Amino acid sequence: MLNFRLTGRGLWIAFLIIPPLAVMVTFVAYPIVSALAYAFYDWNGLQRGEFVWFENFRIVLFQEPFAEWTRRAFMHNVIVFFSLMVVQNGFGFILAYALWREPFGAAFHRVAVFLPVVLSTVIIGFLWKLFFHPIFGVVNQSLRAVGLDDLAQPWLGQSETALGALIFVNAWAWVGFPTLVFLAGLQRIPPELLDAARMETDNEWILIRKIVWPLIAPSATIVFILLFIGSFNWFELPYIMVGLDGSPFGSTDVLGLYFYRTAFGNQSAGVQDFGQGSALAVLIFAFIAVVAAFWTVRLRRREIQI
Amino acid sequence: MTTAPTMAAPMAERGLVGTLGRAGLVQILLIANTFLMLFPVVIMVFSGFKSNVEIFQQPFAIPDFTNLENFVRIATETTFPRYMFNSIFVTGTSIGLILMLGTMAAYAIGRYEFFGASFLLLFFIAGLTLPLKLAIIPLFILFRDMGILNTHLSLIAVYVAMGLPSTVFIMTGFLRSLPRELEDAARMDGASEARIMFKIMLPLCKPALIISAIHNLVPIWNDFFFPLVFIQQDSLKTLPQGLTTFIGEYNTDWGVMFAGLTLAALPITVLYIILSRQFINGMTSGALK
Repeated sequence: MLNFRLTGRGLWIAFLIIPPLAVMVTFVAYPIVSALAYAFYDWNGLQRGEFVWFENFRIVLFQEPFAEWTRRAFMHNVIVFFSLMVVQNGFGFILAYALWREPFGAAFHRVAVFLPVVLSTVIIGFLWKLFFHPIFGVVNQSLRAVGLDDLAQPWLGQSETALGALIFVNAWAWVGFPTLVFLAGLQRIPPELLDAARMETDNEWILIRKIVWPLIAPSATIVFILLFIGSFNWFELPYIMVGLDGSPFGSTDVLGLYFYRTAFGNQSAGVQDFGQGSALAVLIFAFIAVVAAFWTVRLRRREIQI
Repeated sequence: MTTAPTMAAPMAERGLVGTLGRAGLVQILLIANTFLMLFPVVIMVFSGFKSNVEIFQQPFAIPDFTNLENFVRIATETTFPRYMFNSIFVTGTSIGLILMLGTMAAYAIGRYEFFGASFLLLFFIAGLTLPLKLAIIPLFILFRDMGILNTHLSLIAVYVAMGLPSTVFIMTGFLRSLPRELEDAARMDGASEARIMFKIMLPLCKPALIISAIHNLVPIWNDFFFPLVFIQQDSLKTLPQGLTTFIGEYNTDWGVMFAGLTLAALPITVLYIILSRQFINGMTSGALK
């Protein structure tokens, strides 16, 4: 065994820190910086062309039909985010609140609600795609079984319901995450504090609003921000369930799909444009970073003002 | 702020609580939710043992579990076992490298005082907030230039880069919490720095290493995006990516599709049921300070 003390502690520290640092620089820092640079070039397939200033940004933001696609995809991400905020995080909080009382079977319910979180989005997407099949899918079969034949419909095949179906599947798959993060927050509330509050009021609603909610603010911050980042990066679930074009008729097209189509092309139209793709990536990234940063600061401030 | 919801909610609750009791209401909610969570998974497993006709005519019936025809077809006719092996190889190698490199960085930052240590920690942690997906174009070009497109190396490189920030974060916090007396005593006995790290400090790190491993295991095992871009050759595909190929080939054979989904879900589900506490802690650990 080598004695590193002889060669100096500095060398030992360098030996420890340089390999991981090299990985981060090569595969994180350099690609992120390049992504920014690439957006300012004209691309010919995989070949980088001239420096074109903001031309790629102008095209994706202001030139039709690209601008229209960008707007439409962005609006769908906004809808996804707000819907999941209500359904996924809202229901997650209610479940956490129920589990917090440690009712009979709480351990089992906790394991059950988190199960879909560990499954691959690909498995979940295909499973629900089969379930949503208009004729043989379990969803419509269940509706017919209980006499709600009128409600049975091609959920993924029509523009009015496709995005909603995707949002439902996402909430089903991920509700366990906010549930358990909120639960961990609830479990850290000192019992004395709650007992004291209970002496003042019987009203559960007031208790939640004035005592519980402010005390689990740190959990809320992290759940909100992660959902925000996830919603604007949404790709796998729509890709599996409705395809790269966001069918039907682009009614489920989101920024992730649009970015992928632009950068790598799709089977039908094999055009790929790394310049416009990079511009989209930079815009999505900047949007996420700016909003997440401001929102985190606001949410954190709320945490202190208890 | 209106007072309406404040008034309405307790009244509605009192009404329901009056008939069912608060505990009863909680039970109904939890049982209903658990049913909704498990029912789709149960139907998936059941359907794996059925033929098309059985799935279409009796979707909810309990199947004959001795009918393994669908699973036999997958094992003999498809490249499914290959996908499974690839996933185990890529995930295992990545986790091994993440733990090794992550612990090295965390040990240097957490146990020694040197110029720039806090800056380095910040540099690693910054990676936590960057969605690497959006750097897919530069990564694609970088790997093409390195000649590792369409190899497992490209996936492992990205996964290690993705996993390091959280691991350095978790491990640095843990290593800093260990008492200094331990290593001082060993140092007085003349142990080398390397010996102190391997013989004294690392054995204590086991719980944090397990948390870090699980925190990275699930996203890497389940990842679909990076193989989609980097891997074209069928024999190199990982499980989630291979599943899309497989479903495409058998898209009229519902029993085989459900059996494939069941098989794909099996390894992580079994592991999750055995280690559910560690899984839940590991996966929510980035979210908890």
